[in-house]
Amino acid sequence: MSLTTVADGAVPQQNWLDKIGAGHVILAVALVLYPLVASDFFLTQIAGYSMIFGVLALSLMLLAGYGGMLSLAQITVAGIAAYAVAILGSNNSNVLGFGWPWWIVVPFAVAAAAVSSALIGWISVRTEGIYTLMITLAIATATFYFAQQNYAIFNGHSGYAGIHAPVFWGIDWRDPKPFYYLCLGLAALSYAAVLYGSRSTFGMTLQAIRDNPRRMRALGYHVTAHKVFAWFLAGILAGLAGVLLVWFNGRVSPGTIGVDVAIDILIIAVIGGLRHPIGPFVGAIVVILMQTFAIDIVGAERFNTLIGLVFLAIVFISPDGILGLWGRIKPHLAQGSLRAGP
Amino acid sequence: MSILDQPSSSSLSGGGGMTRRQAWGLVGLLAAAIVAWLVFAVWPAWLNAILISKKAFVSAILNGLTLAGLYFLVASGFTLIFGLMRNINLAHGSLYLLGAYIGYEVTSRTGYWLLGVAAGFAVLAIIGVIMQVFVFRRLEGDDLRQTLVTIGISIVAADLMLAVWAGGTYQIATPEWLDGALTLPVITAVRSNGASVFLTYPLYRVVVLAAAIVIGVGLWLMLNRTRVGMMIRAGVDDRAMLSASGVNVHAVFAIVFAVGAGLAGFAGVVGGSALSVAPGEDVRYLLASLVVVIVGGMGSITGAAIGALLIGLAEQIGLVYFPTYGVVLTFVIMVVTLAVRPQGIMGKAR
Repeated sequence: MSLTTVADGAVPQQNWLDKIGAGHVILAVALVLYPLVASDFFLTQIAGYSMIFGVLALSLMLLAGYGGMLSLAQITVAGIAAYAVAILGSNNSNVLGFGWPWWIVVPFAVAAAAVSSALIGWISVRTEGIYTLMITLAIATATFYFAQQNYAIFNGHSGYAGIHAPVFWGIDWRDPKPFYYLCLGLAALSYAAVLYGSRSTFGMTLQAIRDNPRRMRALGYHVTAHKVFAWFLAGILAGLAGVLLVWFNGRVSPGTIGVDVAIDILIIAVIGGLRHPIGPFVGAIVVILMQTFAIDIVGAERFNTLIGLVFLAIVFISPDGILGLWGRIKPHLAQGSLRAGP
Repeated sequence: MSILDQPSSSSLSGGGGMTRRQAWGLVGLLAAAIVAWLVFAVWPAWLNAILISKKAFVSAILNGLTLAGLYFLVASGFTLIFGLMRNINLAHGSLYLLGAYIGYEVTSRTGYWLLGVAAGFAVLAIIGVIMQVFVFRRLEGDDLRQTLVTIGISIVAADLMLAVWAGGTYQIATPEWLDGALTLPVITAVRSNGASVFLTYPLYRVVVLAAAIVIGVGLWLMLNRTRVGMMIRAGVDDRAMLSASGVNVHAVFAIVFAVGAGLAGFAGVVGGSALSVAPGEDVRYLLASLVVVIVGGMGSITGAAIGALLIGLAEQIGLVYFPTYGVVLTFVIMVVTLAVRPQGIMGKAR
């Protein structure tokens, strides 16, 4: 992995810029200043939405990139958090809706998501490799059908509507700018957390388990526990994204957690690249931009054909997604500039 | 295995002097007797009170069996393809739906239902070979990318099918000789005047079940009694070894893909005549095949049959007795199987 290049303690007196990386600083400044130039549409529908799906895909990247477990159930986990927000908080569907304040609802929703993610993980880590994809797909589809048929908890086909983002500190967090910063904050935090986590002892152990579970078991590591804990962490990320998603949409229905969405998340992660935590965000921006503007090119109906073909092309040409493409082009560019330089 | 087991189990059961196999046989016989009694006897009132009515119960079981036949047709192709190529064909549901649409077109244009069935099988078999030759052969040995490609194909296929056939629901017309109902020798109730009411069941559904059984037996014979079947089984066990012994593995792959995809298309036409053809059915049958194969065990035809029976019956019985939780029953079966036997009921540990 390219991440191991930054070894802790190798250079004791790193300045903070080296530690964080100049690229990250530039990106952060650009993203913080972005609302100055962007319209409301670009703030929420493009940037905010991309970041929510970026975090969702990041939770998949955590599992797939570091744990080698390809999951299609991330949107299910996010959906559990979203439904929890609707059920524990207030909605105007006249079903359940306990009306708890947001600062109790959110931890509960995220915890519910994380626990169910760990449960899904516990079921699926009994098998290995490609089976995980099948089992998580089966779980995602079954949850979708269950949510659609069950009226007591999930309010069936229509789901819940009228869910509001909280208002505190005198700010309505559903307004474009606050919502953008909320998404940005969550995205940056999750990104940093995953980057930090990947270099931690747990992250290293998880990657070693991905590469050779038998050897790690022989060394005395509890392979299943590490994998399930990774699912738990991914569940926290997906749960947070689910909370933002339900605040953004104001509603949640079985369509939110449908199989097409589950596959979209996988597409985002694969198009972006599963090797580095920035990949899912790149993928999310590309897919959301395509989703928004492909309508002008191919018409709203045939959007899926376009995205499917792009996905096929990426899988065929570059298994590591756009990041992999960049990694392949970069050496050529560097050589080109060397040649052009003198 | 069983030979080694017998002495210890017989010594455990001690006084009875019964081997484990005999004990299981007795349990099986008892279960069969109970089922036979449930189906053929006139139910006492208390049983009707528990299980709603005999008609509902027997219909649920018959519907479950029919559905199991359909699931088996779809899942057997899926499991064959996986067993041999380690390729999870997530486009299998799309193959089913495409077969159904093709069957609808051919049947409605020519008026011959059997022609529609044949077209569904043949066209999909050709598509299967094309997929294998032009897509999967290029990505050989890379399970993950093959699976991702099938996801891409299923997205594009679903969208293009939506473009051609729009979102409406179609019903493939069955020929007259398959219409009508069959009166089964099952008494559902006794009228006050002493006359027995017999259960009637659509003839077409019985035919679906019979077709599934015939094809299942045919597949089993092909796999176990022919040379190609021998190669396929050898490939499931050890692909590299089969290739090393001089067999053209790619030809075997192409045959399996043709049979698997063709069966999905066949099931599409047959299922589209029994139920209906609409967008979204692809996901439903993909889920069914996934669960059937996870429960039954990857790469095993017998496993697919057992899994299909379990899931089909569970789904229909669930539909009658706890309507909103039917999906959960299916799901519970899957989770329990995974917990007890991760490789599936008939699966081999790898």
